[in-house]
Amino acid sequence: MTTPVLEVRSLVKNFGAVEAVRGIDFTIPAGICFGLLGPNGAGKTTTIEMIEGILTPTSGEILYKGRPRGRAFREEVGIQLQSTELLLLQTVLETLEVFRNLYHRRAPLDALIRICQLQDILDKDNAKISGGQKQRLLLAMALANDPDLIFLDEPTTGLDPQARRHLWDIVGGIKRSGKTLVLTTHYMEEAEILCDIIAIVDAGRIIAMGTPQELLEIYGEGTVITLAADALKDRIPDDFPWTFRRSEAGIAIRTRYPGETLKALVAMGADMNRLLVRAYNLEDLFIELTGRELRP
Amino acid sequence: MIRRIFIIARARIREFYRDKTGLGWNFLFPLLIILGFSFLFSEDGKNFAKVGMVESPALLEIQGSLDRFRESRHLDLIYFETLEEGLSSLERQRIDLLVHPGDGRYWVAEGSPGGYAAERFLIAADHLHAQGFSRSTVTGESLAYVEWLFPGILGMNVMFGSLFGVGYVIVRYRKTGVLKRMSVTPLRPWEFLTAQVISRLFLILVNAAIVLGICHLLYGFQIRGSLPALFLIFALGGFAMVSLAVIVASRTESEEFAEGVLNLMAWPMMFLSEVWFSLEGAEGWVKQLSEFLPMTHLITGARKIMNEGAGFPEVYPHMLALLLMSFILMMTGSALFRWHRGN
Repeated sequence: MTTPVLEVRSLVKNFGAVEAVRGIDFTIPAGICFGLLGPNGAGKTTTIEMIEGILTPTSGEILYKGRPRGRAFREEVGIQLQSTELLLLQTVLETLEVFRNLYHRRAPLDALIRICQLQDILDKDNAKISGGQKQRLLLAMALANDPDLIFLDEPTTGLDPQARRHLWDIVGGIKRSGKTLVLTTHYMEEAEILCDIIAIVDAGRIIAMGTPQELLEIYGEGTVITLAADALKDRIPDDFPWTFRRSEAGIAIRTRYPGETLKALVAMGADMNRLLVRAYNLEDLFIELTGRELRP
Repeated sequence: MIRRIFIIARARIREFYRDKTGLGWNFLFPLLIILGFSFLFSEDGKNFAKVGMVESPALLEIQGSLDRFRESRHLDLIYFETLEEGLSSLERQRIDLLVHPGDGRYWVAEGSPGGYAAERFLIAADHLHAQGFSRSTVTGESLAYVEWLFPGILGMNVMFGSLFGVGYVIVRYRKTGVLKRMSVTPLRPWEFLTAQVISRLFLILVNAAIVLGICHLLYGFQIRGSLPALFLIFALGGFAMVSLAVIVASRTESEEFAEGVLNLMAWPMMFLSEVWFSLEGAEGWVKQLSEFLPMTHLITGARKIMNEGAGFPEVYPHMLALLLMSFILMMTGSALFRWHRGN
C-alpha cells in the first residue's frame, strides 16, 4: 500500500477555553482533492492552519508522507491562505518571482502564468488587480514551487459567480495534473465539483466523510420538494409521512416518492406557485446533520 | 539562503523607490532642514540683544561714542518716539536695553543676558572711543552652526528611516498577512530580518551619498575626514537602529502601538544625542545616559569625521559601540520575532 500524503490523527486545538477543533482524523491518499466543508467558525481554517504549521496543535498528530513534518514540508507544499494582502508596490510578475525564488524547486514561470491565466496582468501593480485576478495570483504563488501537496483555504470566497467558475476550472486542471489538494470551503457546489472526498465539519468535529456520492447514499438519497413558506394554509398533520423542515425561506419536504408526495400536497390544497422539485444535495445533508444552514 | 535574502531585500528596495512620497521625504527632509537653518542662522538672525533708542534732537548731536555703539554688529536697534514707550517695552523684556541720548541715561532689564552684554558694549564703545584704541582682527577656521548641525540632521534621517522604515513596515506586513504568507515558505525569520537590514543599509548609504553631494554643491559643505569611515559609521548606526526597530516590531500587529513606541525611542535620542545642541554644559548623568544611545555614537562619530577631519583611528570606539549595540539588539529582536499572532 502506498503511504498517504497526509495523515491527521486526533487533532485538537483550544484557544483558551474555546475548543476550536475537537478531535479530527483523516487520511489523504496521493492525487485526490480532499475537501473540508462547513460553515464559518466550524474549525476548517484552524484545522488547515495546524497542518500548514501556522498554528501549533493542542494535541494530535500530523504526518506528511508517513513522517512528522520536517523542513522538507515547507519546500514541498504550496499554500494559499484565506486572507493575504500582497507585497506593496510590486507587479504581479515581480510578486510571482519573489515567491518562486524562495524555493529550491521552482515551477517554470511560463507554466505558472499559463495555468493561472496571468498573461494579461503581469505588469500590473498588485494593488490594481481585481478580486478574481488576486485569487489567481495567490494560487500561482501557491504553485510556485511545483508542490506535491496544495492547500487552498476558501479560494473563492468573495468572488462573483463568473470568477468563481473560472477558478474552479483552474483548480480542476491542477487536480488533473496529479497533484494532491486540500480545500476548505463553505460552498457545497464547490465541494461537489472539485472534491473526491469531503469531510463535513461542524463545531470542531467531522460529522460525515466520504465521496459526494457515498455521503448522499449513506445519509439519504431522494428528492426535495420545496414550497413557499405560506403555501400550506393549515398545519401540516402529525401523520404526514415524509420528513420536512419549515423556515422563513419555505417548506422543504424530503421524499423518495415525489409523485405520491405531490398528490398528497394537492389533496391538502397546497399553493403550487413557486414549487420546486430537485435532487437531494449536500446542503440538505448538512442541514439535516447539523440543524443549521451552511451559509448563514 | 543567500538567494532568499537577496530576493526579499530587492523587493523591499523596489517598494521604497516606488513609494514616491516616502522617497521625496527621505531626500527633501534633510535638505529642507539645512536650508531652513542656514537661513535662520545667517548674519541677520544671529543678533543677541535688542536695544531701544529714544528719538530726540540729542540723538543727532551726540555722535562719536554712541555711533560706535550703534555700529556694533549683532545688535538690533529699535527706535521709540517717547521714553514711555521704550520703558514699557523694556519692562516686558521685548528689548534688553533702552538708551535715551537726550538726557544721557540708559536702562537695563534686570537679569537679561542680552541686556548685560549690550550694556558692556555701550560702556566699552564709549571708553574705547575716549582712549583712542585701534582695532586689529584675527582670522581662523570657524565652524558655522549649520555645518555642526549637518551631521546631526543626517543622523536623524538615518534614525527615522531605520526605525520607521523597518519597524513600521514589519508591523504592516504582519497586520496584512504578508508575513504569515512568508512564514509558510522556506524563508527563515533570520533571513527575512537580514534582508530588512541589508535593504535599509543600502538605502541609508545611497540616501546619504545623494544628500551629501547636494549639500556640497549647494552650500559648499566639506567632509574634512575619511569618507569611507563616514559611510561605515552611517551603516553601523543604521544597523543599530534597524535592530531596535526589529525589537519594537517583533510581535505587535498594531501600527498605532508601534508608532507610539518608535516615537518614544526617537524623541529622547533627538534631544540626548546632540542632534540640535551640544550637551557640553549638561549634567553628568545626562551625558552618561546618552552614551547608551546608538544615536549618540552615530552623530558624535559623524561630527568628528565631517567637522574635525577624523578618520578610522579617531572614531573606531564609536564604531565598536554601535557594533556591540547592534549585535545585542538584533539577537534580542530575532529571539522575540514572530511571523504572526498564531499560537
